[in-house]
Amino acid sequence: MRERNLIKLVIIVALGLFAAFIVSPIPKPEFLKNLIFWQDPRGRDLQIKQGLDLQGGLQVLLAPAIQSSELVTGSLESARQIIESRVNGLGVNEATVQIQGSDRILVELPGITDPQLAIDLIQKTGQLEFVNGTRNPPQAGQLISTTFGLYQGLLYPATSQIGRPITATEIPTNVIVYETAFTGEILESNARPDASTGQIVVLFQVKPQAQASFREFTSRHVQQPLCIVLDSIVQSCPIIQDVLTEGGSIRGNYTIDEARQVATLLNYGSLPVPLKIESIRDVGATLGADSVRRSFIAGLIGLLALIIFMILYYRVIGAISVIGLIFFGLSSMAIFILLPVTLTLPGIVGFLSSVASAVDANVLVIERFKEEVRNGRTIRGAVETAYQRAWLSIRDSNLSTLIVCAILFLFGNTFGASAVKGFAITLSLGILISLFSAMVVTRTIMREVLYQQSETFEQRKVLLGI
Amino acid sequence: MLFTIVQNRRYYFAFSLVVIVAGLVAMLYNVITLPTNTPWRLGVDFREGSRFVLKFNQPVTEEALRSAFTAFGLNNPAVSRLGQPQDNLWQVRTTFLAGEQNEALFSRVTETVGPLDRAQSSVDSVSPQVAREVASAAVLAVLAAVGAILFFIWYSFRKMPHPIRYSLCAIIALIHDILVTGGAMALFSAILGWEADVLFLTAMLTVVGFSIQDTIVVFDRIRENLPRYRGESFDQVVSRSLVQTVHRSIVTSLTNVFVTVALLLFGGGSIRQFVAILLVGLIAGTYSSIFIAVPTLAAWEERSLLGKQQKAPHAMPAK
Repeated sequence: MRERNLIKLVIIVALGLFAAFIVSPIPKPEFLKNLIFWQDPRGRDLQIKQGLDLQGGLQVLLAPAIQSSELVTGSLESARQIIESRVNGLGVNEATVQIQGSDRILVELPGITDPQLAIDLIQKTGQLEFVNGTRNPPQAGQLISTTFGLYQGLLYPATSQIGRPITATEIPTNVIVYETAFTGEILESNARPDASTGQIVVLFQVKPQAQASFREFTSRHVQQPLCIVLDSIVQSCPIIQDVLTEGGSIRGNYTIDEARQVATLLNYGSLPVPLKIESIRDVGATLGADSVRRSFIAGLIGLLALIIFMILYYRVIGAISVIGLIFFGLSSMAIFILLPVTLTLPGIVGFLSSVASAVDANVLVIERFKEEVRNGRTIRGAVETAYQRAWLSIRDSNLSTLIVCAILFLFGNTFGASAVKGFAITLSLGILISLFSAMVVTRTIMREVLYQQSETFEQRKVLLGI
Repeated sequence: MLFTIVQNRRYYFAFSLVVIVAGLVAMLYNVITLPTNTPWRLGVDFREGSRFVLKFNQPVTEEALRSAFTAFGLNNPAVSRLGQPQDNLWQVRTTFLAGEQNEALFSRVTETVGPLDRAQSSVDSVSPQVAREVASAAVLAVLAAVGAILFFIWYSFRKMPHPIRYSLCAIIALIHDILVTGGAMALFSAILGWEADVLFLTAMLTVVGFSIQDTIVVFDRIRENLPRYRGESFDQVVSRSLVQTVHRSIVTSLTNVFVTVALLLFGGGSIRQFVAILLVGLIAGTYSSIFIAVPTLAAWEERSLLGKQQKAPHAMPAK
């Protein structure tokens, strides 16, 4: 029993230190950042991600330029994907592209204030490149650096300022730069899937003025991969089968849908559904930088008052609860960073609510503990009973809040109410973490401290605030 | 006093009724007088607003700019800097300002803040937002949440006699809190011109969560005590449960109040309204769990809404 508790304590301390390290401003080693493989490679900076309302940026709402009855199922989703790859191609960090409601696309570009960028996003075609994949053939879906991209100032995995060409000296030695053979400019925009030969292929034609160089390149690279790259993301790497001049066909064991997608990609000028900009909002950081700073300090003052109160009122157990609450705060922040959760204003409110829940869980246990001691239980007995009895209240009250969160999330997601969604995410995560910190962390420390010194406390109950 | 809450419920019910009716009157007043016909003045998030881009010839401060707009009658201007500090370019988003007033505002800004480069300054109105849809989605979500909570409490208390009563009393307390908070907002809206924005929505959602948590904690204690004190009458057990949980209610509310009051006193101006509404909601939530939810439960059991006045307070053993 005692040993098990000690092992738990060691694990808790280790977890707490790890969370503190993640949250702290100490520079993190590169390999650690790359361990969070589920995050976008360009966003792996182990920092709290701020939503548009906190850091400011551009919010663009797009709607189809056709009647919603004419909308083909799935076309909006492919338009969304295309826009997403364009935005990523522009090197905007943490941009989000979401479908809102039934027929709108919401694009959020944090840190960007130039509306022209948004207009380009819709009106310009995606940057299509044909890249020589002979050396280190890349995988589909991979983000690569290309010679053309460097010229535009795009280098992966690290992107510099938008639009500034990157010089050779700036390229880290470990980055492979692929040679851009052609850009999408050489194509006629009439690529189409074709199944007439029994095999599904994508036919394309090269503009007359580019045919000579296309012939020249293909003749030198027969049986080598030529990768189709859209906004720096590899789409596929078909092998050049023959010398080509006027055009050709791409064979890739396509289904008809895949072939259609590839054709759309090659034509590209046309999104699968024409879109119009419904509104461009330049979201200035709503609160203003000084307001955020002051609120942050005010929050700290409030939390400090809370900590002092807990310690003065509940003495030793109050102090133990405070340790548990600090663990809760650190691990919540760490989880927000690792998942990642983008913090918006409603999100912060949700998190603060979960802090209140965490405090409440501790108060429920402590009050129950005091009651049990007053009713004549020993310290040990009172700790165990208090946790057993308080757990029912804590479970039911938090479960009800979790149910509310689940519904809010569902609705927020369906109706594009990102404010509601952000609130629900941080609140529910916070509640789960607070349950762990109250029922496991605080309990373990409580056992360790109160059991070891139970005789001292039996004699001097004033130390427990009784 | 705690032992008599259930007996004296008529006074607490009457008090809540007065508060709620006052709130309803304020909401009704707003519905009639506001051009939007809504219970609250709607903020930029929920309707069209104006956006100003201001280019100054010399450095200006955010505060000066903010107060110039506030003095012009535009509440809650969202002020932010565009570009580099040396650009002296600012953006201010406000509530809707009629086009003919633009020049008056520009000259006011020139007088009180600093010389304006009129050629590079502009004003445009932001197109209506999806937020209207967001608001109706949120209302739907709250309704669905109420339904789910109804079912959840019924399930949690299924072993008690009349579990559905616990659900309904918790929901009554929840509606009470929503009405009190919404009413307070309507009052502030009518008198001080406060506007309902996304933050108001989140405040309401927070209140919903807290209200239910508070009520469940007291109910849970009743659930524990009922089988234990079989000899006592229902309202005795209920009173006992209130006494046993009141410490926790006070401490938890106090800790919440610490943080909210600190934010109210020292926080940035733009979140104060939100914090004030939250504070009202938190107090309402604690109040309703003790003075509304539990007495309503007892009233149902006794089949007497206002309580039998002649009944002497029960003698309870000292704790």
